[in-house]
Amino acid sequence: MFQTFPLWPERASTTAGGVDALFIFLLTLCGLMAIMIFIMILVFAAKYRRSRGREAEQIEGSNALELTWSGVPLVIFMGIFVWGAAIYFKERTPPQDSAEIYTVAKQWMWKFQHMEGQREINELHVPIGRDVKMIMTSQDVIHSFYVPAFRIKQDVLPGRYTVAWFRATKAGRYHLFCAEYCGTSHSGMIGDVVVMQPAQYEQWLSGGPAAPLAQTGKQLFLSLGCSTCHRFDVQGRGPNLMNAYNRPVLLDDGRTITADENYLRESILTPAVKVVSGFKPIMPIFQGIISEEQLNALVAYIKSLNQSPEGTAGTRNTPTGSPTGQPQMMQVQ
Amino acid sequence: MATSPTPAAERENYLNTEYGIRSWLLTTDHKRIALLYLLLITFFFFIGGFFALLIRLELLTPAGDLVQADTYNKLFTMHGQVMVFFFLIPAIPAVLGNFLIPIMIGAKDLAFPRINLFSWYLLVIGGLLMMYTILTGGADTGWTFYPPFSTAFAKSQVVTAALAIFVAGFSSILTGLNFIVTIHRMRAPGMTWSRLPLFVWANYATSIIQVLGTPVLAITLMLVALDRLFAFGIFDPQRGGDPLLFQHLFWFYSHPAVYIMILPGMGVVSEVVSCFSRKRIFGYKFMALALIAIAVLGFLVWAHHMFVAGISLYAALVFSLLSYLVAVPSAIKVFNWTATMYKGSISYATPMLYAFGFIGLFTMGGLTGLFLAALGVDVHVTDTYFVIAHFHYIMVGGMVMAYIGGLHFWWPKISGRMYPEAWGKLAALIIFVGFNLTFFPQFVLGYLGMPRRYWQYSPEFQVLNVLSTAGATILAVGYVLPMVYFLWSMRYGKVADENPWGAAGLEWMTASPPPTFNFDETPVVTWEAYDYANLKEVPVEP
Repeated sequence: MFQTFPLWPERASTTAGGVDALFIFLLTLCGLMAIMIFIMILVFAAKYRRSRGREAEQIEGSNALELTWSGVPLVIFMGIFVWGAAIYFKERTPPQDSAEIYTVAKQWMWKFQHMEGQREINELHVPIGRDVKMIMTSQDVIHSFYVPAFRIKQDVLPGRYTVAWFRATKAGRYHLFCAEYCGTSHSGMIGDVVVMQPAQYEQWLSGGPAAPLAQTGKQLFLSLGCSTCHRFDVQGRGPNLMNAYNRPVLLDDGRTITADENYLRESILTPAVKVVSGFKPIMPIFQGIISEEQLNALVAYIKSLNQSPEGTAGTRNTPTGSPTGQPQMMQVQ
Repeated sequence: MATSPTPAAERENYLNTEYGIRSWLLTTDHKRIALLYLLLITFFFFIGGFFALLIRLELLTPAGDLVQADTYNKLFTMHGQVMVFFFLIPAIPAVLGNFLIPIMIGAKDLAFPRINLFSWYLLVIGGLLMMYTILTGGADTGWTFYPPFSTAFAKSQVVTAALAIFVAGFSSILTGLNFIVTIHRMRAPGMTWSRLPLFVWANYATSIIQVLGTPVLAITLMLVALDRLFAFGIFDPQRGGDPLLFQHLFWFYSHPAVYIMILPGMGVVSEVVSCFSRKRIFGYKFMALALIAIAVLGFLVWAHHMFVAGISLYAALVFSLLSYLVAVPSAIKVFNWTATMYKGSISYATPMLYAFGFIGLFTMGGLTGLFLAALGVDVHVTDTYFVIAHFHYIMVGGMVMAYIGGLHFWWPKISGRMYPEAWGKLAALIIFVGFNLTFFPQFVLGYLGMPRRYWQYSPEFQVLNVLSTAGATILAVGYVLPMVYFLWSMRYGKVADENPWGAAGLEWMTASPPPTFNFDETPVVTWEAYDYANLKEVPVEP
């Protein structure tokens, strides 16, 4: 019976418990409030039913009551706000050393690129107990990455990266839905998230012949000619990209911004928009030249050039290995 | 059955003063224009309802089998656009507001009677464009028109749909303008602001939103059309545009639009609860203030539709906080309606049953809004059936209940006849049951994770979808009933005297139906609103 008629979604991520807790709290609170109001209405309707010889008692109102039933809900609402915000804050802040998976959404499929080189369509394999950061973009319209069992959802936009993260807690196969209407086969833009035990996941990882994503990026970096200007030995005509990721950059218009994934992305596709101070806008536009997947590989490569020990989100994914944890995720094959 | 003696035989009123199609199509009488609106929006209500039924039938089974995917996408798009822009937004203001506001404030007509007629023609033109859109294949963008899908990918009638809504929007702006000027300038002697019925306050608050918000929608839709026709690229990231900009602009109107739809309903319920409790509304001043507060705060919460859209973390925090603030005046209203019943003299006439239904369902809709404003929960339930259920509880459970309840309440005034009370009660019950069966399962579906706008779905969602579809068929019966007996009553209904409910309010002090200029002589108001203390007691309901 409950196999075919579930009343509660599966809980398979570290986020899910917190969301459910607040949801249950709200159900209880709002359920009580609703029942209280319904009972009052029913009691008044029955007790003060129109009858001969009794007239309504005119009551102007009560400032004390008005202030009470504005003030008390306001205080409760602020409590809910803080609770909801705390969950959201955590959901929107990927842990520093998350494993990264690049995602390209398009009408009507999900494409995933693992750092180790595996590529998947409409199926996403992840291990239990590992923070996974989804770096996502769309090739066409707006989509939305939604895994109900993880209680996470993030719209995926064309022209920029958006990010979601989760840590799976329970092995199994879970729905992946596109939650933003995207045209004809919107309801067919679905897939499975396969959560595996770490050992099985290693096995799955070693199954493919693929080269790591950063290495694919490196080959592109050479073949597209990026390396002629972005040199690592001497000052080239473009900025040296060694340790460039996630560092502040001074632009030629005087602004300072952080060279995050979205900046790297924008600077490859439309380099003239935000030129680094001291350089000329001579780089060719790659918008329409390279695919989203190639772009992801290039970004992954540039991020892998961060080797400083103080570390950033990119450190864990360097092809040359990482000082902490699960080196098999980073190995060059 | 014998025809009851016509009330028209006794005296001239707005219905019998002139006959012929010309006298209707060229009328500047706000009451006749209200009836023109009634015809128009009833037509669109059944068009939109027909789409809804097809949607529910498709969702009876998990596979997409009744219609094709593209057809389904057009069905929910057209359902939303027709219902929002051609039914919900004009419903209470343009029909009941048009009819009642001048009478309630003791005026002969609205401030600009010809602009009033022009507004109706604008809605007709918009409606014709919408019908053209539907008959030439329809649009499939969702009522929300999100780019770049709407601007660069959709292969359907996006521009004509946008144009239809653009034109209808001006109808809404002009109606709002007309109401604001009328309420400011045309009140009868003694009808001070603090003596206005809350229905007038509600429409005043609504008008402010219509005048300030709708132009932004017009601009936004025009930009969509320019993007689509001439590749301006304002919302297209391929051309340096920003699709999120569209969402900000769209919701800047479309969230306040929710209040355009619900505030007038709150006005109706205030009148009805007060009348059938025979009591002054509890906390009149707070009720009026709450309406204005909702209208103002409603402009500051739009991005709560965008918590997962890619806005910054801190923007989301601000909009979540503001969304909780706007919940406070809504709570005030529910508490005050309940308190109004306390020690009242309550009868269960049909309009009161609708008011009960409204308070219950609006409470459910409002409380589930607290879930959606909570950031962490919203991430999971946004864009799922939870949202669908939530806004249908507000829009259909709240607004449509209030509208139909209001039609019953003022029907004797509008038509001069009573509707059949027993049928009225039955229909109210059917609508209440059908509504809950349709939309309550959708809350569960949403939390389970079923996304909205899905043509086919995973089999474990089927049981709840079947319940929902069953409810929708019951609801459909409930909506057809009043239309049948309202028509019936126009000829066979019991003749109504000027004040069949024993209600307070100027509209009950003139004939039913009222004469063309509403009052034989301009009333002078010397009493407060809802002056039930000084009204004679009416007979106990049988």
